[in-house]
Amino acid sequence: MQIDWQTYDPGAFHDEMIERPGAPRPTAQQLAAYLESLDRKDLDEKKLAARLAIKTMGISFTVYSDGQNIDREWPFDLIPRVIPAREWEVTRRGLEQRVRALNCFINDVYNGQKVFKDKIIDPELILDSVNFRPQCLGIEPRYGVWAHICGTDLIRDEHGRFMVLEDNLRVPSGVSYMLENRRVTKRVFPELFENYDIEPVTEYPQELFDMLASLSPRRQAFPEIVVLTPGIYNSAYFEHSYLAQRMGAELVEGSDLVVENDRVYMRNIGGLSQVDVIYRRIDDMFLDPAVFNPESMLGVPGLFKAWVKGNVSLANAPGAGVADDKIVYTYVPEFIKYYLDEDPILPNVPSYRCFKDKERQHVLANLDKLVVKPANESGGYGMLMGPQASVAEREEFARKIKDNPRNYLGQPLISLSTVPILGEKAAEPRHVDLRPFILQAADSYVTPGGLTRVALVKGSYVVNSSQGGGSKDTWVVMG
Amino acid sequence: MLSRVAERIYWQARYLERVENTARLLNVFSNLLLDLPGRTKLGWRALVRITGTTELFATRYNIATESNLAQFLIADDCDASICSMLSMARENARTTREVMPTEAFERINDLHYYAQSAADSAAVRSARNEMLEHTIESAQQIFGMLAGAMSRDSGYTFVRMGRALERADMVTRIVDVGARKLFTHPGKGSVAPRFPEPYEGILWMSVLRSQSAYQMYRQHVRRRVNGEDVVRFLLQDEEFPRAAIHNLTTISKVLSKLPKNEEVAGLVDEARRHVMQSQVADLIEEGLTDYIDRLQIKFAAIHNAITHTWFSPRN
Repeated sequence: MQIDWQTYDPGAFHDEMIERPGAPRPTAQQLAAYLESLDRKDLDEKKLAARLAIKTMGISFTVYSDGQNIDREWPFDLIPRVIPAREWEVTRRGLEQRVRALNCFINDVYNGQKVFKDKIIDPELILDSVNFRPQCLGIEPRYGVWAHICGTDLIRDEHGRFMVLEDNLRVPSGVSYMLENRRVTKRVFPELFENYDIEPVTEYPQELFDMLASLSPRRQAFPEIVVLTPGIYNSAYFEHSYLAQRMGAELVEGSDLVVENDRVYMRNIGGLSQVDVIYRRIDDMFLDPAVFNPESMLGVPGLFKAWVKGNVSLANAPGAGVADDKIVYTYVPEFIKYYLDEDPILPNVPSYRCFKDKERQHVLANLDKLVVKPANESGGYGMLMGPQASVAEREEFARKIKDNPRNYLGQPLISLSTVPILGEKAAEPRHVDLRPFILQAADSYVTPGGLTRVALVKGSYVVNSSQGGGSKDTWVVMG
Repeated sequence: MLSRVAERIYWQARYLERVENTARLLNVFSNLLLDLPGRTKLGWRALVRITGTTELFATRYNIATESNLAQFLIADDCDASICSMLSMARENARTTREVMPTEAFERINDLHYYAQSAADSAAVRSARNEMLEHTIESAQQIFGMLAGAMSRDSGYTFVRMGRALERADMVTRIVDVGARKLFTHPGKGSVAPRFPEPYEGILWMSVLRSQSAYQMYRQHVRRRVNGEDVVRFLLQDEEFPRAAIHNLTTISKVLSKLPKNEEVAGLVDEARRHVMQSQVADLIEEGLTDYIDRLQIKFAAIHNAITHTWFSPRN
């Protein structure tokens, strides 16, 4: 026997699969028993098979600092993460609610700014944000939706409660890995699926396609949809190409597009053909050198104006990132009440905003206990992990906070839930988060489950693939 | 179809076909060595000429030995090697994944990793054979997957054009080298075999084998293997899939599906006439090399026209 749940001890953390040594949670019982029945040889074979499958399938991600070897294999752990469908249903509704409220907010910021007049949030916090785009004022995208694709990071605390860690509304990535993780598991562990009723995840590209098609300005049977990528050196290139393939859309780079008479065309072998919807995977600032960063080589001159004129749809809309900010994040529960007149279904992680005197005092006095995050960074960069930081690091952060309080946010260190991974000798608990993907146009769609990222290092909370994290197939299990 | 994507597909097909051809050539040459007695010096340099890499080779090696050639054409980090061409094919595949069948991408990806891991062992003849055969099989398999899964639209048209042009190019190079080895023309009109006569047949058989043409030649020509017939078969047999004319005809058939095809079509027809209207016996008399050179120039013109017609985006 290779795995023995009797010796698996999650300690004080909430383990999603094993409640306490020897006691799997009800939904995970069959999975736990099956894994226990495998001997070391079986498990080693499965591990190897998974690695080979990933290599063959070309599932890769890119690390900027890697120099020549830009294309790395995707780190994957074999044991699926199981989430009971009943728990998921609540979370799903919470996510839909959240994205609806966020879109109301973004639309309000650019049209009317009621939220400032009603003193829900201080206008300076928004109008001074690096993600606010004054060029977008007065523009009304279809359905009033700006953030069509959202990747919301969830964590579970020591009681197993789902909480929102952040909303990614700019160009969230990871959904292709969610889909490929399922494919890998099906390929190497088909036996696992026998006793489970698992929500399929494969509809995502179709849902994405339908959502994008519904944005087409030209009402025609086959709108031309493209995925705009910065190119092969981008860390998410695999995903761009993957989604284009699965949707049957063209994958284009900026140089493939040209704007004439405020319409966007792509350069085809037969000449130019008009583009209706662009799923852009390029940041706002690089979209159009004529409007934003003039140095951008990735974008298309004239694209912004074509969008303003309504001749092309952009998903997500430029300026949607104004709500992708950790300060705005702290207001989302209030937005849900304000715009939707509903109670928030999913809680935030408690947060202290450094621009508020009392809350800043609290952060500065508790730097050794809190996590401090910059408002606008993603990928886990520029953070202070208080309990693990050195005195010098904490002092540096205290200075940064005092210099620019608007830019920082303190949060208690949440004890992230764990799940077992297949270690060298045994199954071992590791911390995880979850990124579901939410689509919104006229309707909403939420992926069942999402991308589980797992910190492969014992005790670590860092789940980012660029910093040594891995991932797991995630099952929403009925019954 | 996007111009950029069309170009990458076209190059991917060319690289894959070139990989297959390079593997075939190396394999056949290695086998030919075993057939010929020691005193018959076989020029490994011929491989350099066939692959059109004379200058590149000279920057890396002084002499054309078997081991140098094997290293150069399999493992070296240069445009001529199977490993580098596979990296490029894979890179092109990786950037056209959205239009390629997934299985074909996976196979290319696999082959790329395989070649890298097997490259070191290729200095040993037996291991090399195995590696080359696996490479040939995989390339065939990939083209089979493309044929079986891609709609006959512009994308597949570029696969076929890339492959056909590469084949036509390669077969003419091979014919050229065979001819250089076997026909000399010391004075006008006189043709004398330089290669020891008893082995001439073996050499031409190898030329045929390098193009998987031996069996079909046997069935269709029905004469003892001889230079003139082989040259005619490889250049002018409409039915043989690696013959120059067959591939030019393929290009001219498939390009009718593409927009703005007039210029390329014109050049292809010109090249076809050049191939079909020549009398092989006379060519051998006059020196095949000049003829092949002119043909190669026509192929280059076709390639250039393909590039500026479909791949260079309008501004």
